[in-house]
Amino acid sequence: MDKAPTSAGVLLRGSARRRRKERLVGGIFFGAAAFGLVISLAIVLALIGEAILWLTKVDLAMLWGDGWFPRQDEFDILTIFAGTMMVAVIAMLVATPIGLGAAMFLSEYARPRTRRVLKPILEVLAGIPSVVLGYFALNVINPGLVQRLFSSVGAFSLAAAGIGVGILTVPLIASVAEDAMYAVPGSLREAAYGIGARRRTVTTKVVFPAAVSGIVASLILGFSRAVGETMVVAIAAGATGGALRTFNPLDRGQTMTGAISSLAIGSDQVQGSSLAFPALYFVGLLLFAITLALNIASERFVRRVRQTY
Amino acid sequence: MAATAPPVAIRSSVELALTGRRADVRGRLFQVALLLTLLLSLLFLVVLLWVTLVDAWPVLSERGWNFVSSNLSSIESRAGVRQGVVGSFVLIGFVGLTALPIGIGAAIYLQEYARDSALNRLLIANIRNLAGVPSIVFGILGLVVFVQTFRSFTGPSSSGRSYISGGLTLSVLVMPIIILVTMEALRAVPKSIREAAYGVGATRWEVIRSHVLPYAAPGIFTGTILSLARAFGETAPLLLVGAVTGFLSTPGHQGVLEIFQGPYTALPTEIYAWAKLPGEEWRANTAAAIVVMLVAILAVNAVAIVLRNRYERKW
Repeated sequence: MDKAPTSAGVLLRGSARRRRKERLVGGIFFGAAAFGLVISLAIVLALIGEAILWLTKVDLAMLWGDGWFPRQDEFDILTIFAGTMMVAVIAMLVATPIGLGAAMFLSEYARPRTRRVLKPILEVLAGIPSVVLGYFALNVINPGLVQRLFSSVGAFSLAAAGIGVGILTVPLIASVAEDAMYAVPGSLREAAYGIGARRRTVTTKVVFPAAVSGIVASLILGFSRAVGETMVVAIAAGATGGALRTFNPLDRGQTMTGAISSLAIGSDQVQGSSLAFPALYFVGLLLFAITLALNIASERFVRRVRQTY
Repeated sequence: MAATAPPVAIRSSVELALTGRRADVRGRLFQVALLLTLLLSLLFLVVLLWVTLVDAWPVLSERGWNFVSSNLSSIESRAGVRQGVVGSFVLIGFVGLTALPIGIGAAIYLQEYARDSALNRLLIANIRNLAGVPSIVFGILGLVVFVQTFRSFTGPSSSGRSYISGGLTLSVLVMPIIILVTMEALRAVPKSIREAAYGVGATRWEVIRSHVLPYAAPGIFTGTILSLARAFGETAPLLLVGAVTGFLSTPGHQGVLEIFQGPYTALPTEIYAWAKLPGEEWRANTAAAIVVMLVAILAVNAVAIVLRNRYERKW
């Protein structure tokens, strides 16, 4: 009589071979997932180690000067930080209205058929590599727009790079913001329509506030993307290595990402100083820290929108 | 039959009564403004493609296939993109062989196996953050790890600046994206499908292999194709792991390993190098190279979109 439960238990456990295989496959997949952790640890260790090594060698007074001239051991961090911020702010000035407007139209106004036609525009734009936008910013945006508005501008400018980065950022902002607005339950809209609200009122007074955390998240992500964008700046901002500190977006200038890339390809003949090349690790660490903080902040906002409904 | 739409006359008079006989002018203006933002994006795209085509036309019409089949050169009229195209496809091959299996495996673990433990939450948060790290930071990682630390494997003769370093760097870059899109595709498979398989006694791996993966396959396929297209156009990290932008000689009679350990170039890197050169001829060459790259990328994107539309299903 007491034999039945054990045999049922054995039956349910299945064959030993199947269980072994199960454990093996599960282990392989876990290994693959753990690999992601290994990568981020490698990034952090590589950056921190090399950055500290550089900081111990460099004269700290050189981190504050008139400009970013690695060849002459002048590493004014403020120069490239200001350049990055100017580009990112201009990018957001372009991308915020376009991205949010497109998101609102697609989520609240477009009928399914219109949506199927219009959405691929953003998808194709998202697929354009940034090096192409760099070429576009240098050859079209700068001469065609920036130089026409401000005749003092040279062949390169931070403003043109900023507009180019902005165009790149539009699809990201639009898709994250649209997801947030799309996730607002229909019952909220219907309640508003039921008391006589118009579509514009529903969009701006009901859907927008309900989705605001996701929308803020989309803007933070967009800003983070703009801060980390390299190729547009490397081509169109005119930073061939050194740059004077400037707070005028119409000047040519240098950003953090641009500084890293020109140090890497040695376009400023960095061989002159052994301190110049490793400076890119320090700048890389700063860039990593800034974007990580922005991404974590946007994650927080997204989590808040998820808790609401 | 009474429930069919009322005649237009009745409908518009009801609408008029409801809106208090006032046209919603501001509402219309708002709608038009929103539509304009989308049309502005379209305008960017059209101008971008148009300018590139116009710039590229002299090169493409005069040299045609010769441009695609020539090697790098410092002479404008002889420079071509053959090495860049070959290099980019080799790099993508590396990504496909390394990042795809690891990324899909990781996604299966995180979506199908992982319980809600602290470690697994850390893994997922970590991968999300990795997907947001700027690509040039991955370039620095590749420089430190692949070019410098593992130089004896990645390219003893090319000081580590080889296909292997470039390919592995791009793999590490797109892996978080592949994991996220695969997780999304797996999440879209309804629970009932899994439960049906468990109900007839399948083990977890059997459920995944025979039920979840086949249903998630179109989504995984589309997502990963798009991430490979992204890797194809990625430039910044390759600058750090040393894609050649000047002259590159490709000697014959080399083993496969020697080729992979040797110097390389990629299409986007060539575009970057040319974009910085002065003169109309180089501008035309740059535009022509962009056309070649966009044709490749847009073709891949189109395949992905068609696949999605064809196999996408709603549960």
